[in-house]
Amino acid sequence: MMKYDLVVVGGGPAGMAAALKAKECGVKKIIILERSETLGGILEQCIHTGFGLHYFGQELSGPEYAYRFIKELEKTDIDVKVDTMVTEIQPGNVVIATNNVDGMLRINATAIILAMGCRERPRGALDMPGSRASGIMTAGTAQKYVNINGYMPGKKIVILGSGDIGLIMARRMTLEGAKVEMVCELMPYSGGLTRNIVQCLDDLGIPLKLSCTVIKTHGIGRLEGVTVANVDENRRPIPGTEQFVECDTLLLSVGLIPENELTRMAGIIIDPVTNGAIVDEYRQTSRSGVFACGNVLQVHDLVDYVTEESQIAGEGAAKYILSKGKSKGGKSRNGKDIHVKAKDGVRYVVPQNINRSTDRDVKVYFRVSDIYKDTYVVVTSGDKELYRKKKRKLAPGEMENVTVKLEDIACLESNEITVKLEVGKNG
Amino acid sequence: MVKELVCVACPIGCMMSVEMNRKKEVVSVTGNTCKRGEQYAKDECTNPVRMLTTTIKVNGGSLPVVPVKTSVPIPKGKMFECMAEINNQVVDAPIKTGEVLICNICDTGADIVATNEV
Amino acid sequence: MQYDVVVIGAGVVGAMITRELSKYNLNLMLVEKCSDVAMGATKANSAIVHAGFDAEVGSLKAKLNVQGASLMAYYCNKLSVPYKNIGSLVVAYDWDDMQTLEVLFERGFNNGVPNMEIISQERLRIMEPYISEEAIGALWAPTAGIVSPYELAIAAVENAIMNGARVKRNSGVFDIEYKDGLFYLSTASGVIKAKYVVNCAGIFSDKIAAMIGDTSIKLIPRKGEYYLLDKTEKKMVNHVLFQCPSPMGKGILVSPTVHGNVLMGPTALDLDFDSKLDLDTTIDGLDTVKKSVKGVIPQMTTRNAITSFSGIRAHRAGEDSDFLIAPSEVNNHFVNVAGVESPGLTAAPAIARYVGKIFNEIAPEYEKKKDFKATRPAPVRVNELSLEERAKLIKKDSRYGRIICRCEGITEGEIVDAIKAPCGARDVDAVKRRTRSGMGRCQGGFCGSKVVEILARELDIPMNKVTKYGNGSKILFDKTK
Repeated sequence: MMKYDLVVVGGGPAGMAAALKAKECGVKKIIILERSETLGGILEQCIHTGFGLHYFGQELSGPEYAYRFIKELEKTDIDVKVDTMVTEIQPGNVVIATNNVDGMLRINATAIILAMGCRERPRGALDMPGSRASGIMTAGTAQKYVNINGYMPGKKIVILGSGDIGLIMARRMTLEGAKVEMVCELMPYSGGLTRNIVQCLDDLGIPLKLSCTVIKTHGIGRLEGVTVANVDENRRPIPGTEQFVECDTLLLSVGLIPENELTRMAGIIIDPVTNGAIVDEYRQTSRSGVFACGNVLQVHDLVDYVTEESQIAGEGAAKYILSKGKSKGGKSRNGKDIHVKAKDGVRYVVPQNINRSTDRDVKVYFRVSDIYKDTYVVVTSGDKELYRKKKRKLAPGEMENVTVKLEDIACLESNEITVKLEVGKNG
Repeated sequence: MVKELVCVACPIGCMMSVEMNRKKEVVSVTGNTCKRGEQYAKDECTNPVRMLTTTIKVNGGSLPVVPVKTSVPIPKGKMFECMAEINNQVVDAPIKTGEVLICNICDTGADIVATNEV
Repeated sequence: MQYDVVVIGAGVVGAMITRELSKYNLNLMLVEKCSDVAMGATKANSAIVHAGFDAEVGSLKAKLNVQGASLMAYYCNKLSVPYKNIGSLVVAYDWDDMQTLEVLFERGFNNGVPNMEIISQERLRIMEPYISEEAIGALWAPTAGIVSPYELAIAAVENAIMNGARVKRNSGVFDIEYKDGLFYLSTASGVIKAKYVVNCAGIFSDKIAAMIGDTSIKLIPRKGEYYLLDKTEKKMVNHVLFQCPSPMGKGILVSPTVHGNVLMGPTALDLDFDSKLDLDTTIDGLDTVKKSVKGVIPQMTTRNAITSFSGIRAHRAGEDSDFLIAPSEVNNHFVNVAGVESPGLTAAPAIARYVGKIFNEIAPEYEKKKDFKATRPAPVRVNELSLEERAKLIKKDSRYGRIICRCEGITEGEIVDAIKAPCGARDVDAVKRRTRSGMGRCQGGFCGSKVVEILARELDIPMNKVTKYGNGSKILFDKTK
């Protein structure tokens, strides 16, 4: 059995940033296990620009963003195994993995960082009636075909869901000569970034149909068209608004789901809203020594934030590993956790727990559940207000954050912090 | 005249107001939170530009195509002209990240640069 | 090409019959219209082994059902097909339902179904902790079970090939002529001559029979819609749960599958005679399934649905709904196997034996082989092995170490095996049925493109020639550059 201080599961932006940070913090033996053939994760197929503005102050493409981390990794003694799939995390933090070179790998780890990313919600999860023709696929699958394999997955396209990958693919397919008929969005607002709506749809004259969905797919063999319809406030199709749209391809961009199969198997507690693990401020999960970061923890909009979060996890894992050498049991929960709660328009928060004895300011990430204008983001603990700021616009598609100061945490009386929205109060 | 627009210089998407005079010159920009936003607002109202990203066909590489981008943003109206030019080209492997594959594409002043290794 | 026997239709019934006939010394051919075997009702049904209390006493259906249920374990073992003898419960909600249970019990008893019991609410709740509080009792039939229908068909065809049978896919029969003691079958891949024909064309068996002038079969396509739920839901149901039957069939059931998912359905909607290809799912149909299952297991939702699908069963029009398995009255060298709707899957092993007997009577000139191979070797299933066995296997062939389908843990080696097998996979869905790659919760989102790559490589075709399920279902268009 191999032994490592830190095993990082996943070599995308999250795994790479976490491993590098842990190294920087003094962890000796680190290995990254990546299931695909190359490091970089999904960034490899995201050839559009817009990555790195926050972190590098530069507008990079996905592969370029990944490349910077890959080059950094090459300068370190961090081990990397690609084409290697972790199949199980056994008690005692033993990682089981398989690949075609080593066969079965058993690695004894002091700490583990989970960075498996997320997957796209498929058609089956949508209740979309109709035929089972070919030509119905997720936007990310289409992205891989176009940008990696060099094949067009269709010529006449309807996109369901205005998530970012769908918007990006609307532009990408158009540039490669396809006709994108429309993007349908079930909700009355888009789930994608404004920037992508402007640059990927408006620029190219592609209509975005809000409160609209695909109610039927047609065609035997290849897709021949879809029926779209407007939906009411309960998201049910409105009779009489049905319209047949001829197309050979339906791309789905209807949400991302963190890939937490390993996490669940390991018995780690999952937040039913984020679909990721419940973590503390260093992204430690309910299982001691197991950390999680990036899209496996919560679906991010920007890779820059993934990097930021993963560095926190890397630092946390390093603290855990280094303190474990000295004291028995390492840094563990002291039972005096502060719970961070989402309320009044805030859908979820990450982290969900903060150790009262923490040594840092804690940036709490959150998403809102609807579109809000001129609304206050308020953080309270008991009767005490810790933070209040007016926001011009809040949207579910854009992740927000507030910072809770170390000095505030240290002197909290309550063991709860609440993040909420307040509408219409003067300030 | 005041034009409202969403900043797309970065993914944050600030709401900006651009005041223009009769000669269609930008007088002021408000609502932006960074310098890039101001520049974007000015460009967008006078000469809108975009980064173009796509792929180029590769001979003898580990993959059939290599991702590329324009070295600087190009006029919005020239995107499809540049695409046609890019689609005419074939490059030989190996290709390095940052390698210039087409110089001054369609007289835009922008180069086409590889963004990955193949 | 001349054959002694041609079997038309490679559903589970045609497949099992072909395997049965491959015991004889004869030239045997199985022709199939679709791009793969098991593409009709066989790939979209409830996957249940019925105990046998539904069919009318004395009917062929009843006899073959009960026989089939008792043969299933043997056949699945020989052919290495997943089968679980989990038993079934017909759930009663009121005293009328309890009366119905008595009727079913009586009928089952007369059909020869062993070990049935009518059980109390208490016992039912112990067996099914999540069942509705409204349920007051149930008919327990321990001989019922679940099976993987398409894997049974695939395995039977592979085993038949091992015993000398030939299989032609993409070869729909569109005309039959009988002349000088031979059938001339015009198919999409040329004329095939046969001394004997077995018509197992499922919902199309009426059309096939009509080609020799036999118009005795009248079928109604009856559509059923289903949901398949994620493995996360498997704790919700332990046995096959039926509701009390209606004239349209056995009603909507909810059941575990052999692979650990949960299946719920089917609806029952009779279609026009010309809409045999309408496999569309509908809002109404799927809603019906949801509502109905809520009545059985209130906590069951479709939030963790992996997919929904529909299948067509071949229901006989008119009074007589029994299986029609007999030599045609027009030509007794032409055997019809028609109207095999539920419990056709259960009965398939018994139907195969029954047709074997018929064949023996009409064609006594053929003798049984001495070297018939009854066992089909089990395909490699990497995720069923111990870590040590896996390590050993990867050392032998490193492709078993490369996981392609993350959700189900399927390796490149298994996918290549499925393509190279006798009657191997030629398209993405065929790989999925043989290996479960793409069958999991991401529904091929990640592995889909890799499976296309592997198919293209192994079949030596460009990626854009790979299809989802044969003709017309192409996945990729031209190269971008």
